[in-house]
This record gives sequence, C-alpha cells and structure tokens, in this order.
Amino acid sequence: MGKRKQYGLAFFSILVFLFLAVPLFIIAATAFGEASTIRFPIKGFTLKWFAAIFASRSFMSSLRLSFALALLVGIPAAYALSKTQFRRNAFLRSFFLSPTFVPGIVVGYALFQFLVIKLRMPVFAGLLTGHFLVVLPYIIRVVGASLEQFDFSIEEVAWSLGCDKGQAFVKVVLPNIASGIVAAFMLAFINSFNNIPVSMFLTGPGVSPLPTTLMTYIEYSYDPSVSAISVLLMLTTIVLMFIVEKTLGIGTLAK
Amino acid sequence: MRKSLYFLLIAPGVLLLAVFLFYPLVVILMPTFQERGLSLGRYFAFFSDAYYLKILARTIRIASIATLVCMIFGVPTAYFISRRGKRMKSFLMAVSIFPLLTNSVVRAFAWINILGRNGVVNTLLLKWNLIDEPITLLYTDFSVLIGTIYLFLPLMLITLVGSMDNIEEDVTEAAESLGASRLLAFLKIVLPLSLPGILVGGTLVFTGAITAYTTPNLLGGNKNMLLATLIYQRAMSLSDWTGAGVIAFVMIVMTVAAVKLMQGAAGRLDRR
Repeated sequence: MGKRKQYGLAFFSILVFLFLAVPLFIIAATAFGEASTIRFPIKGFTLKWFAAIFASRSFMSSLRLSFALALLVGIPAAYALSKTQFRRNAFLRSFFLSPTFVPGIVVGYALFQFLVIKLRMPVFAGLLTGHFLVVLPYIIRVVGASLEQFDFSIEEVAWSLGCDKGQAFVKVVLPNIASGIVAAFMLAFINSFNNIPVSMFLTGPGVSPLPTTLMTYIEYSYDPSVSAISVLLMLTTIVLMFIVEKTLGIGTLAK
Repeated sequence: MRKSLYFLLIAPGVLLLAVFLFYPLVVILMPTFQERGLSLGRYFAFFSDAYYLKILARTIRIASIATLVCMIFGVPTAYFISRRGKRMKSFLMAVSIFPLLTNSVVRAFAWINILGRNGVVNTLLLKWNLIDEPITLLYTDFSVLIGTIYLFLPLMLITLVGSMDNIEEDVTEAAESLGASRLLAFLKIVLPLSLPGILVGGTLVFTGAITAYTTPNLLGGNKNMLLATLIYQRAMSLSDWTGAGVIAFVMIVMTVAAVKLMQGAAGRLDRR
C-alpha cells in the first residue's frame, strides 16, 4: 500500500519535470530543422543572431562597469554590516536589498523618467546606472553571506603581525571571500542580462542587450531563426551553471 | 569598528540608492497625488474606469490561479526531490534551476511554438482529426496563465525543497510506524511543517506574476493586457506619464500588501 503511493508521487513528479523540460526541448529541436514552414521552424541555420551579440558589445561593457561599480560600493557596505552589531543594521540591510522589492517594470519606468527624460543621460550611462541597481542586492546578499562565515580573528592576527587595516583587508579578507564574489558575479550577470523591464526602458539604438532585441523582434514577427538564438542563450546558461557547479556547487544559486 | 569608518563604508551605497532609486520613484509618484493641489482624484479615476478594473482583475486572477497551480504542482514534486539521494537530488535541482536561469523571452517563445496556430498542439490535434481547423490558444488569458505558471514553477520548487530539506525523515518514519499511511503522514506531518516554505514560495510567485512583463507581452498580445504591460503602453506609446505613475503605485501597494500578508500569516504560524 505504502509502496504504491510512492509510485504515484514519482509519476506525478516526472510529469511536472516533463512540463518544465519539454518546451525547451522543442525549441532546441526546431533550431536544427531544415524545412521552410513554421511547423518545423527554421530554414537552415543563420548566423545573423551571432552578429546581434556583437552588436550589443557596448551593452556588455556597460554591464561590466555596472558590476565593477556595484563591487566597489557593495563590498565595503557588506563588510561594515557584517563587522558591527548596530541595531540599525537590519534596516540598512533591507535598504540595500530594496531594489529587489520594487517591481522591475516600476524601476525601469522611474529610471526612464529621471535619467532619460530629466537628466538626458547618454544611453550607456543610463544602462550602467540601471543595472547597478539590479546587481547591488546580489553583491550585498552573497558577499554578506560569505563574510558571515569568515572568521574575523584571522584579520586580527594580520593586524597584530603588522598589517594596517587596508593591507589586512586586501591580503586576508578579500581572498577568503573570493568564492562569494564569483557566485555574486554569476548571479548578478544572469539576472542583469535577463532583466528585460529595466533594459527595455533604457536602451537606445545600437546599445541593446540581446534578450531585449529578441523580444522586440518576436513582438512583430517571429521567424524561425529565433529558435537558433534561443538555443544559444540556453547554451550560455548551461556553461554558467557548469562554472558555478565547479566553483561553489549548484545549491548556491538557489539561495 | 569606529563609527566614522562604518559610515564611510556605508555612505556611497546609501547615497547612490537614494539618488538613483528613491528619488526617481518620488519623481514618478508625486504627480499622481496632485490635481490642483493634493488629491486622490487620479486614483478614484483609476478605480472607477471599467477598462482599468478589467485589467486589474485579470492581473489578480491570473496571478492567483498561477500561484495555486504552482503550489499543487510544486508541493509533491519538491517532496519527491527532497527525499532523493545526494546525486539524484542535485541533478533534479539542476533541472529545476535551468529554466529559471533561461531568459524569459526564450521561455515565452517556447510556448508561442507550442500554442500558436501552427504550433505543436494544433498540429497534433489536426493530425489526429480531433479538430478541423486550428483553434486559438495563443494571445488568450489561457496562454498568459500557462506562461506564468511555467515562469514561476521553478522558483516554487526551489523554495519548497529548501524548506522540506529541514524536515527529518525520522519524523515521517515515526508516524508510519505508528500506523499512519504514507499519504496521512504526508498530510499531517510534512505539509504543516513545510507551510512556511509554501507561504514564501506562494508570495514569490504571486508578486512575480503581478509584475512580470515579458510573458504577458509576448503571450497575451494587446487584447489581454496585465498591469505591467499597461504601464509600458501608457508611458511609451501614449506618453501618459501620470497614468503610468498611478499604475506603478498600485503595483507597489499590491506587492507590499502580499508580502505583509505573508509575514502576518507566518507570524501566526510561529506563535502556534
């Protein structure tokens, strides 16, 4: 009796996993089809979407800058928050995480009004700012978590051996939280690259992240080559997941 | 740590968030409360407009059904995952996380291929002679709902597995050795103990669903708008900036209310 229930559970779970996996398999299959009808969507294999990735190179560089800026601002803040026991820390922590509580579409629209309409900021700077806001919470959360596991007495040893505070931070604390920084980078990259609502409001001609370009394209006409680019994006995801698994274990992404 | 150093390390982040997040929010929200002086007129107008109310109702309806379905699909499956061995578990977790990390445009596009006029479903139904001509599945509330469930089910699974991992297997084994069937043990032990996880997962799905943009945009089309697509249309196509601000505020209030409700319910559970 008990055994049969277990089979029922397994059967139900397999159905749920099929629901998750099959749509993505269908996309992958259509990307390699040769027929010209939409039913087997894709005629040959086009390389024009690869070109689209290179066209969004300036988006990539703004993303990199966002991340660098978020590290510069986020790591000191996470360090200060983990080193002290002030009562306002809880408030400050949720303040730093606040960009995740405001709906993305609202953040995008607010930034569009302020940066694009009011300040007339160039597209590059606008994207930089927008994605800084997307990335910062991940730095605070993930780097904060690895700082919490760090044994600060090691830092004190460095002080007593003659390091000044800055040296001790760079030579002792930073190497110890390196894996946290890598994890934060992965999470931040995936989320910022995939964050359409923020990018959508802030892009301009030539500086458009691939997913946003793809969405605008599908809105008007979806020709089969979209499958090819989808496969490409999925491959990127697999590579990222593989890197995360090798460095930290896949469980980190679930936190 | 000295107080001055503490403030020096914290200040840049606080300042940047204040200038680039909170100030812009104030800028878009302020005009929505002004109409020849301070007034809630624009909000009364929003809530008495049949068109807006329909979109609001559709948003809440789709988010609620999606949350419920994610719970129904998620709870047994997460229990299944959490009871596997180490290797199998990390494999199944990877399978659940993969769609979550895949771009939402790609995930919506998958459903366009499945539900479209020449999509997989219609092709199969025609082949089996169950229908004479393609049925309309895409650009309906149904397609938005399926896309939303597909979008957030992984999030539900991951949250639930996290909370079910904390339930010791001994507890359910004890219940079974005392004569409870597997199902009864699940209903009486596992379900109540994972209720906090279900609440958190449910809130994540619900708040995510009322604010998601890509899925309703690609799977709903112009006729089946949700609040998120309405904001974009108001702001970018119609340049109705105060209108977009009103919807933005309604959305923020709904998100905060859902989170507060969840925290209240979780607090109740704690006290029990």
